Amino acid sequence: MNNLWRFISKYNALFLFIIFFVTSIILFIRNNDFQRVSTLNTSNQVVGVFYSKVNNVIKYIHLDTVNKELVAENMLLRNQLKASHFNDSVVVNTVTDTINRVQYQYIAAEVINKSVNSRNNYITINRGSKHGIQKGMGVICPTGVVGIVWNVSPDFATIQSVLHQDTKITSSIEGTPYFGPLIWDGENSQIATLTDIPNQINLKKGTKISTSGLSVTFPKGIAVGTVLKAGVKGGGSFLNISVKLATNFYALQYVYVVKNIFATEQQDLENLNKTQGNE
Amino acid sequence: MNKIIFYNIFRFIVLVFIQVVLLKNISLYNLNMPLLYILFIFLLPFNTPNWLLFFLSFTIGLTVDIFSDTLGLNAAACTIMAFLRVFYISITVQSERLETEVTPNLSTMGFRWFFFYTLLITFLHHFFLFFLEVFDFTAIINILIRATLSTLFTVFLIFTAEFLVYRKKVR
Repeated sequence: MNNLWRFISKYNALFLFIIFFVTSIILFIRNNDFQRVSTLNTSNQVVGVFYSKVNNVIKYIHLDTVNKELVAENMLLRNQLKASHFNDSVVVNTVTDTINRVQYQYIAAEVINKSVNSRNNYITINRGSKHGIQKGMGVICPTGVVGIVWNVSPDFATIQSVLHQDTKITSSIEGTPYFGPLIWDGENSQIATLTDIPNQINLKKGTKISTSGLSVTFPKGIAVGTVLKAGVKGGGSFLNISVKLATNFYALQYVYVVKNIFATEQQDLENLNKTQGNE
Repeated sequence: MNKIIFYNIFRFIVLVFIQVVLLKNISLYNLNMPLLYILFIFLLPFNTPNWLLFFLSFTIGLTVDIFSDTLGLNAAACTIMAFLRVFYISITVQSERLETEVTPNLSTMGFRWFFFYTLLITFLHHFFLFFLEVFDFTAIINILIRATLSTLFTVFLIFTAEFLVYRKKVR
């Protein structure tokens, strides 16, 4: 026992190294699990409040770009208003609209912390479960898609951004029926890759890519980016398309969280197919 | 003794603040990422007991992790770094010096020793950090380029910080 104790104290650096290194590796690996619920991240109350204080100072720098984006969006929305269309009908009556039911609701939020330069990037916003945000909701900004809600606390939420190795956003090429998952390879924060597109179609540089509306996360037609170049990888029958992302993650300041009211209904129905198929 | 403890607590807070507010957002071509907070581990006094050294390295790594949503990543790299520090100091510094409260910085140890001390350990810390982050041997070239460029940036910042507080003739 005495010898063992002397041995441990002589090589104490090695033993301490093993203890702390194993602890951190366990933390790191457990943290990668998408299903994990943890408090040691930026959706935590203390860190969230700290970042919102810092952001109060920083947001003045971006006011110019944010204003331009909002003006452009306002213009787009104003064009869709009923009041801006000429109406020549005389009869005015109120109709209870039973055809157009609201499917998507948008919750505006301010970005209080973000990372862009790592392999897996996250964004923290100042809205949480109190405001109706739930895990798995889509997040967009005036120019394009941003990511998917990851962890939620009462006042804050973290978003797994498009710039993350586990994020796959089902996107389609405008004007064609083809769709596939958009993934990010970690090289450049402005370029992602659209995969699983059959190689018989010809693509021009600048063709628009938008969300397909096939998943419950995003509505159809939200901008994702534009085609940079398309090429076949390794003799396969699918194209690998480089996409220039529409969202500038460096200048991100305000985002909208998309709440799909029919999400649970659609998912329950689809899960029913799976369970019956396995029997 | 109290003065040294106070200085180190102050340094911990300032370096973590600079790292999470300012340096986290700096990146040149997505290749160059400065991690100045590791200066805290470099500047712990020689007579810091090993358990305290490992505990503090782990803590500062974990603090930076919590602020950047990479739980365990910086903590693991900092633990490796603490081990390298123990190893490097045990083979380059005379044993009577190890018992003193001297802080191993530019003024006490001289340019040459401090330069190789920071350069070697910073490179290995960055290499392990980027490797753990990606965890893919096929991207090894990219990881090496990122580690090398980031090391140069970090060492440059460490020397800038050191020259700000440099006092001659302390040796």
